[in-house]
Formats: sequence, C-alpha cells, structure tokens
Amino acid sequence: MPIEILMPALSPTMEEGTLSKWLVKEGDTVSSGDLLAEIETDKATMEIEAVEEGTIAKILVSGGTDGVKVNAPIAILLEDDEDASVLDGYTAGGSAPAPQAASPSVEAPKPAPAPQAAPQATSGDRIKASPLAKRLAKEAGIDLASVTGSGPDGRIVKADIVGFTPSAAAAPAARTAAPAPTSQTTEVGAVRSGGADYLAKLGVAAGTYDLEPLDGMRKVIAKRLSASNNNVPDFPLIVDCEIDALLGMRKELNAQAPEGVKVSVNDMIIRAAALALKAVPAANASFTPDGIAYHKNADVAVAVAIDGGLITPIVRHAENKGLSTISVEMKDLAARARDKKLKPQEYQGGTFSISNLGMMGIKSFGSIVNEPHGMILSIGAGAPTPVVKDGELAIATVMTVTLTCDHRVVDGALGAEWLGVFKRYVQSPITMML
Amino acid sequence: MSETSFDVIVIGSGPGGYVTAIRASQLGFKVAIVEKADLGGVCLNWGCIPTKALLRSAEIYHNMQHADAYGLSAEPSFDLAKIVKRSRTIAGQLSGGIKHLMKKNKISVISGFATLTAGKPAPTVHVDGTAFKAKHVILASGARARTIPQAGLEPDGKYIWTAREAMTPDTIPEKLLVIGSGAIGMEFASFFSAFGAATTVVEMVDRILPAEDEEISALARKSFEKRGLTIKTNTQVKSVKPGAKGVTAILSTDGKDETLEFDRVILAIGIVGNTENMGLEKLGVKVDRTHVEVDEFSRTGIPGLYAIGDVTTPPWLAHKASHEGIICIEKIAGQSPHPLDANSIPGCTYCHPQIASVGHTEAQAKAAGHEVKVGRFPYVGNGKAIALGEPEGLIKTIFDAKTGELLGAHMIGAEVTELIQGYTIARTLETTEQELMETVFPHPTLSEMMHEAVLDAYDRTIHF
Repeated sequence: MPIEILMPALSPTMEEGTLSKWLVKEGDTVSSGDLLAEIETDKATMEIEAVEEGTIAKILVSGGTDGVKVNAPIAILLEDDEDASVLDGYTAGGSAPAPQAASPSVEAPKPAPAPQAAPQATSGDRIKASPLAKRLAKEAGIDLASVTGSGPDGRIVKADIVGFTPSAAAAPAARTAAPAPTSQTTEVGAVRSGGADYLAKLGVAAGTYDLEPLDGMRKVIAKRLSASNNNVPDFPLIVDCEIDALLGMRKELNAQAPEGVKVSVNDMIIRAAALALKAVPAANASFTPDGIAYHKNADVAVAVAIDGGLITPIVRHAENKGLSTISVEMKDLAARARDKKLKPQEYQGGTFSISNLGMMGIKSFGSIVNEPHGMILSIGAGAPTPVVKDGELAIATVMTVTLTCDHRVVDGALGAEWLGVFKRYVQSPITMML
Repeated sequence: MSETSFDVIVIGSGPGGYVTAIRASQLGFKVAIVEKADLGGVCLNWGCIPTKALLRSAEIYHNMQHADAYGLSAEPSFDLAKIVKRSRTIAGQLSGGIKHLMKKNKISVISGFATLTAGKPAPTVHVDGTAFKAKHVILASGARARTIPQAGLEPDGKYIWTAREAMTPDTIPEKLLVIGSGAIGMEFASFFSAFGAATTVVEMVDRILPAEDEEISALARKSFEKRGLTIKTNTQVKSVKPGAKGVTAILSTDGKDETLEFDRVILAIGIVGNTENMGLEKLGVKVDRTHVEVDEFSRTGIPGLYAIGDVTTPPWLAHKASHEGIICIEKIAGQSPHPLDANSIPGCTYCHPQIASVGHTEAQAKAAGHEVKVGRFPYVGNGKAIALGEPEGLIKTIFDAKTGELLGAHMIGAEVTELIQGYTIARTLETTEQELMETVFPHPTLSEMMHEAVLDAYDRTIHF
C-alpha cells in the first residue's frame, strides 16, 4: 500500500499552512527521521520528518503552496518492495479519477499561474515541442504551456511530458515570481545546469574559462551567504585595538607553556570575544521570526579556509575555557576541518563568529553575518602605527577589527558597547586571565 | 615537444578520441592526443574503412559476374594483392587526413603508450618516461578482437585470423570457417565468399546477426544460403587445431559433434576492451569484463578521468564513440548536452545484402511493454530496386500503437546503410507516423520504401 504523507498540524489551532519547501524530491529514498519538507504558518516554520521508510513516489503539493489544509495528502511514499505502477490512480491531471477530487478535505495543487511566466519553450506565441511530445501531452491532458522543455532552445520532448508533474510546473513559476537578480544569485541549481549558457547570456564566450561543477560546500556557501545578504540588515562598527600588551603576554605565556601548547593571537581573540559576550549578554543573540533568542553560552565559530571553500568550526562554551584549552581545541578543529573530517555538530550552530585575515596582511575588512549569529567580528592585521599617547606621538601595534551586526538583534549602541568591552580585554589582556 | 601541461589529454586517436580532441579544441581547450600506433585507431586503419574498401571490390566483382543481366559483357577476374593494396592505401590516406585535422586544430600528438598514475585534478599521463598533466583525461583506448586461447581460438600467424589478419589476406582460402555471425563475421564471410571461398559461418545462438530483428536475421540467412554460404546456428566450436596445411575444427550442433577441415579460420567472437597495463587498477577505475564502467556523461568516478567508446559499455560502434566523446567534452565545458539515447544509435552491417537498423526490434518493443504497429515493405515492390537489379530486401517499421512513436526500423537490402539515417533523424526529432506520412520522398528512389513501410504500419501502403 502506498503511504500518504499528510499535512501536519503545527499547533492545535492550525487549520491550514504553507508548504514552503520540499527538502526531498520524487525518487528519493527516505528513512525514518529524515527531513521531508518545511511547513510554515504565520507563527512558525517547522520541518516534517519521515515516519516510515520508503521512496518518495509522488509530490502532490508543490513547494511554495499556500493554504494547504491540515491532513491533506501532500506526497506519496512507496515501500521498498512496491512498484510505481500502483500509483496509476494518483496521476494528477490524468484521465484516471484523481483522489484529490474524491476527498473533500484535500486542497488540489495550485495550477501554475500565467503561462508566459513558466516555460522556457515559449517564444512569442509558439511553444516548441516535438510531435511526439505534443501527442503525449494531448492524451495526458497536460497543457504544454506549463511544461519546461529540456531540448534545444527549450523544445519540449517526450521525456519532459513523461516526467511531468504539477510540482515541476509550479517550481519555475515560483522562481520567476521573485525579482530577477535574487533568482540569479540564490538559484544555485539554475546556474549549475548550463553554466555555459548562463555566462554566454552575460557576454562571456564559451571556451575562455574552465567550469568547475558546484560541490556541496560551494552550494551551501552560495545559498547561505546569499540568503544572509538578502535578509539581514547589517551594519559595520570599526575600532582600532593596540595589541602590544597582548603580543607581550602571548610571548610570555608561550615561553612557559607546557610542551605542545602554543597560544596564537587568534586564540586570545576568541577568549576576549567570548568574555565580551558573557559581559554583554544582550549582544549574544539570534533573530527568529518569533522573538530574539538570547544565548546562554558563548559558542564562537571561527572561519577556517580549507581546500575549495571555508568552514566554521565552533569552540563551544568558550567563555568557560582557558587559553590553553581554546588553543588545543582550535588546533584540532582546524586540522580536522582541512581534512574535511568535522562532524556536523562541530560546525553547525554557534552564537557568534570570527573571521581573521590578519595573517594575510589585510588591514581591515567586513564580513557577511553568518545566520543565526547576531554578529561577526573581522580581524585585520596588527601593524606598527603612529598613535598619539598623552599628547605625544608614539608607535603602537594596531589591529583594526570590524564588527558586523544584524540590526534586527543588535543596535548600534549595543554593538558599540560590546566592542568597547572586547577592546578592553584585548588592550589589557591580563584581565582575560581572571 | 616540450609542452607537458594541457587542459585535456585524450588517450587513443580512433573515432572516439580524435573527434573528442577536435571538439575540445573548438571549445577552447588546450588539447593533446596520445596514440601508440597510427592516427585514426582501429576504425580507420584496421576496421570500418579498410573493410568497406574490400567489400566494394567484392560488390563490383559480383556485378561483373552478373554483367550479362544488364546487357553487358565482362570477363571477371581479380588480383587479391591489388584489392588489399587499394584497401591499405585508403586507410593510409585517411590516417594522413587525421594528422592534418590534428594540426589544423592545434592538437599536440604524442606518440607512444600511455599509462596513468594518481594525480590532481586528474590522473597524470606518462608516455615514454615523460609525465603529462591535464585537468581532464579522456580514455578512448578502444578494443580488440576477443580470443579464447584455451580452445585454440587465437591467431596463429598463419591459418587462424582475427579481423586484423583477415584484412590483409595472403590468399582466398578454398574452405573458410567464420566463427561468429555478428557484423564483423558476416562482412568477412560476404567478402571471401564473393571471391569464391566455400564459407561456413558458425553461430552459437539460433540465428545469425543476433542483434538484429528476428525477421531480418531470417531473411539474411536465406539470402546468404542462396549465395552458397553454409550457416550453422546453435553450433559451438569445441576446438580448432592448426595442422600442416590447414585447420581441423570440431563443431558441436545440438550435442552432435562434427569434425571438419578448413584452410583458414576467422575469429569474430566479439571484442575486449583495451584496459590493461595502463595503471587503471591502481587508480581504482571500475572495470567490468574488460570494459570501463562510466555514467551517462562518461565519468569514471575517478576525478578528472573519463572514458568513451569501445573501452566502455556497448554498443561498440565508431559513431557511438564519437558522440559519446562530444557529449563528454561539452559537459566538461559546462554546456548541457543530452546523454546519448542508446535506442537512437543506428547499426549497419555492410555484407551483401546490407543490413541497417535503429531502435527496438519487434521483440524488444513488445518486451518493453509497447503495443506495436508493424509496417513492412519489400524491395520487390519498389521501382528503383527493380531497375537496379536488387529486388531482394525488406524495410520494416515498428510504431507504438498508442503514441505513434517510431520505436524501431530494420532494413535489409541494397544501400540500406545509407538509408537508415532518415529514420534516425525521425527518432531524434521525435516525429510520429503522422509527420513521416506527410514527408515527400523523391521518386524513383529506394527511400520511397521507407515511406511505404510507415504507411503499411497503418494499413495505408500504396504499392504493395
């Protein structure tokens, strides 16, 4: 028996909700506990987990559909030994009676809006389709205008009709509904299929470059940072820190440190940031649509450049860890990050991030907020700089840091307060040892 | 040649390799091609082309023997050495053409045998002690005739030939045994029997040309037997032993043994991929029964290493190799090529009568669950065929009864190898019977039969 996956109720009062996104696609095998889709109400977003294992045979309600009634079937799961042929009766829009019609509580998938928005095959009024595709579409009652063609110039071919599902039709429509620049930067998938076509349209000739397929990490970087850039209203705060005392203390510490421990400037910055988060808890926060989450721990994520991208391993409870602990832990995390051996829980989450390009001579820079973190601190290079001390010109080693804040969580004054505390720890490093 | 760093290195210069190299160059890549023997690979030098040259001689000789039927007179005789020399000259000419194409497309030609070692971003290619680096390495090392030494089925340098030896024969044997009735076996059987060899073809399964539609196999058998060939199906070769003057073969048909003497034996029992001694095992390349496993875009699973053509999965045809290579390199260049549809790759056999096909056989179409409409049109109903003096043959079409999709087309008779492309285009464009019926075919041509075979599937044939 095929198993129907139903629209869940996220709260006792919920009657309908938005199926915002599918996290699986037709043909995917799922086992119990796998995330299937994201459901949204006006109050919350939640992920649906698979209860049974099997293969997603059909997605009945496409991603981005509003007003889906609770308990309406949204997808069909086949058990391992079942054949897709048992689904003949479920073909949406087919000649067989669709079960949606039989069950009054079910909301049918929304028809794809405005034909001119969807298909690539349309050029003027003409839809390019092979004779066989036209005939198959006619017999199955599929409107060619809602089909995306995969042939030359978007010509609709047999495979496009055979593989057609209403959800496939809705997806491009949703894409075109968004403003064009957004869809280009966030729709990583579209860029990947036919990268050469993509660049050709932007005037870059084929053959003048090498195209590397996007790997998983690059896709995550593209998706998450694009989302942050679009969603997070951020602003930078810049401050200079004199680090001569910090460098001096580091030298002293390392001279007396046990074998194998060598504290770096970065380790000391992690400690200073963690203590500042503890001292200004209002700044250790994350934005959620429901409210601001104030974190109880300072979990500091540190950007590590690795082959083909970067990753942010996390020093958990950094406010309770001494410099040597932080140093040893960071060394281990960075080494395993480079070998791509980190466990998900070691780089997912966190409450605050640090990105340091000082060792590469960058004077100062700003970073993109790494959600759900409310702030990210960018560390520039420490360099001898003329400063005025007690009315006299002097030379100090100055490090410029930039704090980028999510304005939804951290306002200017709060960010400045945090940065003041951070600077105090850095400039009087002895206070870090308390 | 001091250059050792490229974008793309292609190993093997057959129709898979050299076509891929040219397309790569067109796409702006810096390309090298490695070849251990002559440019053009087996196809140009020891396969497709030289055999077509031999078969053309056989065809003209056959026509001379039947000159009287056309109101002509001729005294047919032949000089085998000259026939072979013509074939070799043509092969040489085409290999030279490839050399020119490589130069024109600025492709570096590296002579020697390539071995591979692990490297990044692609395996390193070693030829004669020099290491060559590339971002992408495409293996197109081809295949060679299969031999079974345990049963004596291997060339002995004298009496037992593979296609390679049969292409430069020292003699037209009086009695010839051809083992295997696929395309290669039937083409050589056709050639040698045309020049008078008493030819026996042995096939393990129940029909010759087993890859073709059953009806075509049966017609081919009838036609060959009419020309004097002996065909033994359901027959296994138990052993082949060379003696002083020829070969003794023990054949077993339905459990009954038979010992026969032959002057020469041609082995046409399939091919094996050239996968040895290149370091593939050490790289971890997956090889299944001498052929490299690849995905639809020819990726081997080893970063930067691809494989195309005969060294990979069937069908083992030159035009499949070329297309596969183009798809592979276009995918590398970031374009969106469609994977090859194995059912739209035509197959041609240049024996007499010729055989050509594309797509499902009738049995395959039914097995795939299609309700079919089958159309047939015989050569004897076609004016041009009669005028040519070629009244033997058949064109058969198979349509899906529900959708009108052309599932397959199968042809036997004069010039069918030149005709099949019409149906191949129809399949690629996904035409239905409707468009084929609406297409105007010129009169008088053999191609009119292609129209009639479509009409016949829908009981509308005009001339039969």
